[in-house]
Amino acid sequence: MTERSAAAARGGLTMGRPNLVEFADTLLALGREDRDVVVVTSDSRGSGKLTGFARELPDQVVEVGVAEQNLVGIAAGLASAGKKVFAVSPACFLTARALEQIKNDVAYSGNPVTLVGISAGVSYGALGSTHHSLHDTAALRCINNVDIVVPADNFETRSAVRAAAECPRPVYLRFGKKPMPDLHKPDASFRIGRAMRLRAGSDAVFVATGETVCRAAAAARALAERGVSAGVISMHTVKPLDREALLGAARGANALITVEEHSVYGGLGEACAAVLLQGGVRTRFRILGLPDEYTVTGSQEEIFRHYGISPEGLTELAGQLLNA
Amino acid sequence: MLDAQQLSLKSARYRRSILRLIKRAGAGHTSGDLSCVDILNVLYNRVLNVAPETFADPDRDRFIQSKGHSVEALYVVLADRGFFPESELETVCRFGSHFVGHPTRKVPGIEQNTGALGHGLPMSVGAALAGKMDARPFRVFTLLGDGELAEGSNWEASLTAAHYGLDNLVVIVDRNFLQITGPTEDVCALEPLEAKFRDFGYCVRTCDGHDVAALVQALESVPFREGRPSLLLARTIKGKGVSFMENDPSWHHGVPDEEQYAAAMRELDAAVAEREAEVAADD
Repeated sequence: MTERSAAAARGGLTMGRPNLVEFADTLLALGREDRDVVVVTSDSRGSGKLTGFARELPDQVVEVGVAEQNLVGIAAGLASAGKKVFAVSPACFLTARALEQIKNDVAYSGNPVTLVGISAGVSYGALGSTHHSLHDTAALRCINNVDIVVPADNFETRSAVRAAAECPRPVYLRFGKKPMPDLHKPDASFRIGRAMRLRAGSDAVFVATGETVCRAAAAARALAERGVSAGVISMHTVKPLDREALLGAARGANALITVEEHSVYGGLGEACAAVLLQGGVRTRFRILGLPDEYTVTGSQEEIFRHYGISPEGLTELAGQLLNA
Repeated sequence: MLDAQQLSLKSARYRRSILRLIKRAGAGHTSGDLSCVDILNVLYNRVLNVAPETFADPDRDRFIQSKGHSVEALYVVLADRGFFPESELETVCRFGSHFVGHPTRKVPGIEQNTGALGHGLPMSVGAALAGKMDARPFRVFTLLGDGELAEGSNWEASLTAAHYGLDNLVVIVDRNFLQITGPTEDVCALEPLEAKFRDFGYCVRTCDGHDVAALVQALESVPFREGRPSLLLARTIKGKGVSFMENDPSWHHGVPDEEQYAAAMRELDAAVAEREAEVAADD
């Protein structure tokens, strides 16, 4: 059994492709349809699976070399002159090195660039913290005029890429590079800012984002086998947060757990906590993400397991919280 | 079209308006404004293919002021060109005003929000690339301070400008040799600057940045060479036009008190009168 089919068997879901590949193929299709679609890369076309795009549509690629500040500044300039720009770079560099360009050239100046943070979170695994982006959602959440979208599966990814291309505001997209199981039916509908409920549940609800959603879904299935009703929401848009979906989910369950591939500080969890508290919802609540410490060495999967961002860890956490 | 004498008269009047604006607002980057105002004058009155009625035209020339702190000079020139009524300048830096202490797109005529240094050139490179992709006729002009050349993003963008042969890009450096701390060569030496820019792939020219005729001559002959980005090193004096402000770093964002203001206005009024006499004699 291959690793992919084994993983799919574990989850009981059809295994899809890496969101990175889905992104690249969607972008190529968009680029063929519309020659105003431009990709800007910082020596990142290989990492971004964009060699096919560059081969087929070379006039729609701008290569700036290893220079992320320049990447974002140029992307803003291109967008100001009417281009539909995707600035593609590893999330760790894009959102730290070029943060001031994101803040001023893209967000403040209102140039609707799609910033694409590839290999986000701990996707780079054992390459270590220089290559991890556990700060990006926090850093961008407090910058006005950038939507933050973290797709969970291939459907969400291709939908988000197409939505971002037409979005009048700047969008930050972030995803990883491991194959993701398909979580949605093909006729599902996606909109930036609207959460997607994967499963209803009255005991506990997982509000998860990105590549943690499939782990939460697996945990919910395991909990169901134990007679615990657990719901799952894919909160693909971290900003603007779907308040109604969140408040509804919290009111309909006894415990709520947020899950993200990001620092526990400043990400989805704290965003949800603010909405819940200010919405007058009191519930058993936990934020699960990467703790504020020197991240353990390992693959994405190993790091996830170490910190309990796994079907087993999430199942256990839900049990503890419900029994507390 | 304004000739050199008429442009000089405009510069003299602009200097007076800038000082008036800063005095009223109680804030401003006084000496940097005075250093770059002749460049802005020549750009908006002779070079740029842009006017209030064509500001939405995709083929308009772009101007992005990277040294955003000299926004008072830009406001004065844009008001004079009719982008908004001059009376709106009374609101600069007032509560709720669109006229912030750095350029924003809320003000008609302004292309991009700048103020953090080292941002104008990369954005200009992006706009110039878009022009090349679509074979559009517009040019992109950007004005950089010399102090901001220590920002690495300028050099990153310069690599790209040369790599793509952006001859629709014109970079103007307001080379006044002074930054907030003191002389640029004492803070972080830039010289030999012309050689640096040449090595980065620009076709470089140098001129007196207060000589409007020289500025017209240089900026009307862009691109300096086909297939290469153009760079004009405009040698200027920070605080130009007010004797006690010239070459004194304390005027970087100094606001004159009553006495200083009166003294400065006497000098600027005299300069205007002198230019008016020249223009009248020529008519």
